[in-house]
Amino acid sequence: MALKNSSKPSPIGVVGVGSFGTAIANMLAEKNEVMVYARKQEVVDEINSLHTASGKLLNPSVKATFSPEELCHSCAVLFFMIPSGAFLEVTRTFAPYLHPYHLVIHGTKGLAVKFAEGEQLDTVKKLRRAQIMTMSEVIVQETLAVRVGCLAGPNIAKELINDQPAATVIASKYNEVILEGQRLLRSEKFQVYGNSDIIGVELSGVLKNIIAIAAGALAGLGLGENAKGLLISRGMVEMAHLSKALGGTVSSVMGLAGIGDLVTTCNSPDSRNFTVGYRLAKGESLEQIMQTMEEVAEGVNTVRIVDAFLKTAGIRAPITENLHRVLFEDLSIDEALQFLMKYPFSVDVDFA
Amino acid sequence: MEENYIKHQYAPILPKKDEWPVVKLARERKEFVKKVAELSEERILELIGKNPEILKEELETTLYREKLRIKQNPWDVDPDDEGEFWGEVKNNLLHIHTEGSPQKQKRLEAYRDVLKKITSRYSEEIASNFKASHYKFTRRVVTYGFSRLLNAARVKGFGSLFSNQYTLQDKIQITGQTAQIRDLATKGTIVMVPTHFSNLDSVLIGWIISVLGMPPFIYGAGLNLFNISIFAYFMNALGAYKVDRRKKNLMYLETLKTYSKEAIQFGCHSLFFPGGTRSRSGIIESKLKLGLLSTAMEAQRANYQEGINDVSGKIFIVPVTINYHFVLEAPGLIQDYLSQTGQERYYKENDEFSNSYKISKFLFKFFTKGSDISVSIGRAMDVMGNYVDEDGNSRDKWNRVVDTREYFVSNGKVTVDAQREEEYTQMLGKRIVEEFHKINRVFSSHLVAFVAFELIQAKNAKLDLFDLIRLPQEDLVLGYEEFKSACQLVLDLILELKSQGKIDTAPHLNRPMDEIIAHGLENVGMYHAKRPLIQDKEGNMGTQDMSLLYFYHNRLHGYGLEKLF
Repeated sequence: MALKNSSKPSPIGVVGVGSFGTAIANMLAEKNEVMVYARKQEVVDEINSLHTASGKLLNPSVKATFSPEELCHSCAVLFFMIPSGAFLEVTRTFAPYLHPYHLVIHGTKGLAVKFAEGEQLDTVKKLRRAQIMTMSEVIVQETLAVRVGCLAGPNIAKELINDQPAATVIASKYNEVILEGQRLLRSEKFQVYGNSDIIGVELSGVLKNIIAIAAGALAGLGLGENAKGLLISRGMVEMAHLSKALGGTVSSVMGLAGIGDLVTTCNSPDSRNFTVGYRLAKGESLEQIMQTMEEVAEGVNTVRIVDAFLKTAGIRAPITENLHRVLFEDLSIDEALQFLMKYPFSVDVDFA
Repeated sequence: MEENYIKHQYAPILPKKDEWPVVKLARERKEFVKKVAELSEERILELIGKNPEILKEELETTLYREKLRIKQNPWDVDPDDEGEFWGEVKNNLLHIHTEGSPQKQKRLEAYRDVLKKITSRYSEEIASNFKASHYKFTRRVVTYGFSRLLNAARVKGFGSLFSNQYTLQDKIQITGQTAQIRDLATKGTIVMVPTHFSNLDSVLIGWIISVLGMPPFIYGAGLNLFNISIFAYFMNALGAYKVDRRKKNLMYLETLKTYSKEAIQFGCHSLFFPGGTRSRSGIIESKLKLGLLSTAMEAQRANYQEGINDVSGKIFIVPVTINYHFVLEAPGLIQDYLSQTGQERYYKENDEFSNSYKISKFLFKFFTKGSDISVSIGRAMDVMGNYVDEDGNSRDKWNRVVDTREYFVSNGKVTVDAQREEEYTQMLGKRIVEEFHKINRVFSSHLVAFVAFELIQAKNAKLDLFDLIRLPQEDLVLGYEEFKSACQLVLDLILELKSQGKIDTAPHLNRPMDEIIAHGLENVGMYHAKRPLIQDKEGNMGTQDMSLLYFYHNRLHGYGLEKLF
């Protein structure tokens, strides 16, 4: 085995050099040797010669490769920092080279779906929990890696790159993964919390995107801080119910990956999800918005998946349901808002 | 149509009994018991962080519980000197307390001596008393005696007592991966994990192991079984070590786990009932007790730590399901379950396996009247739940070879990580449950019980389980045609699941539906005083005992068949 006799610690692998991936690679490079994977030869060359990734500055010690085999062979710990749309494909690319000794930590906020025959995301009506996979479930399903963790929390890449203080959660069923993640990432400017409820943490990061769209819509309608406070609080209750129904614990929603990330995202006009809501409220249709966005706002897919899940779960989630009607069933934002204001929420908090 | 079961006796894989791991273990019993005691002591010290105060507390708790047990719950098998031993422990603890040295290290040493006494006693108590001569004798009695009975009952005419027309294997059908388990038993160490519905299971599995030509497996049998003389003899002959469920203290549990782990590492094939006790509800075990299972995980890691990386150090997990038409203890089990679930009247324990007479009576009935049992041997897995091939290599979903050792590696070395192994054990538990469901064989009796209960429930949708069970018998009548078409519906879904490899069926389910129902009706819970399912003169179906019907119905729980109603 490759690692058997190495006295020197193996480098840390980072898969994906988007803005978040680059930020994490730089943070890791402060204390460790880092090897990054990029799909395109020219990006690899750029990193190795100019120490930048698509223009973003990278620590000069970071080496790049476009061979999944080399990366897996050299590294025992891997950070998967890939957009959710590409997650399954990249995981499958790496699957042949991943071994049970690998520790894999991902930073992707999204859900994957096992569709029944002939179904796809825009036609699916009903989804059972067994058909929905979080990203860690994708890794376990597709590869031999079992010691899997996730990275979630309010981590806007731009702020991380500027070295502003922030914190994150590493969630894993395995203490070993949490400890390793903390050891690698913790610094004076970056706090790392641990959580054993990986599903709950992943779901928090995913579900908050729904509320972020709604927050954008409120801003687009020109509503004020009262409305935002109302949304965040009701949104959190909804996230708690949904997370519980999907197998997470309520307490994770209360943490950094849940409420922490929710507040940040609902206040950041740069976020793609926020933008979708904002432009909807300004009168554009989803189609028009999609045409001018480079990447799909993850929250749009999440609304679809969660709405289909609600049909089998027997619970109500008014914000998600109404967003679904706005996005895909021609309900106007104003009507949705009216509906929500009339919705019989009688209790403030009822999930404890 | 009816498939061929394995009927021949397999040649033994290890012809010389001196080579049997269990015989080797018996030969080294004294040293082994000592080793287990010492290792358990170390483990406990490790667990409590070598803190004399915590150790003291644990010792006192153990003492208190043991004294309470001796007073409140004594059994025939308990040794006579128990009171004396624990009295001595009490004195020792008092002595240390009053005269103890202020030095931490000295106190730890003093408490450690007491601990040593306890683990040595427990280790001795747990260890099996395997004797090869007893084993051979038992096996002969079981096979010979039973086949005589069987032939006397079925073959008519003079000389039937000496006929060999029927053998035990006509009654007990062994199906599944028999060749694989035999093969792997010569390469590595087998841990067999069967479902558990009846006290008969352990004897049954013991016999199956011998039919398959494998050396005896060791296994942890409830000490309560040793109260009954017939069972005590069988258990010892099968290499059983003793598990006393009354003792829930740290010292006992750690000694027990150490015993199991060391025996596996010694190369003894083992048998665990991972459900812990018999399934009270009749549902296939879905939550396993992971204590003993974790010892398989530990033993595997320990083998890798010691550098035994080839197949000889590998541990194979083999799930097994045992399928009955009739479970003797069913009435008691289901009452237990219902009273545990809370709402039934208080139930006084009435164990139907309580004495040798009742068991013999049951066995006689069983062998003379017929009620088939089938035992399905599942595919072997490694401790991580990957299937293994004929060479003992683990294979992933894509049939690539997996090195099981790598699951225990951090930074290039095999490491001990209790929390990690706990998670792995849970994963293994889930895999075993999955396999149980796949290899479970549906009998006609399961089908009819399932359908009848579901139909009655559907007709009384507003009632909960407990009200349902109290319904008067007159209200529990189902028309035959309705019943038959529902049976067909369920069977169709079962066959569809079977085609996807999610369940298995007995060959008698290939007959026409009327025959299946007749067969099921005849067999379901056939020796109970009150039958779970009956047919009246007009052909309508009814029940004499709704809770028993519920019990037999539960066998098909967990496949989503309920959604048909």
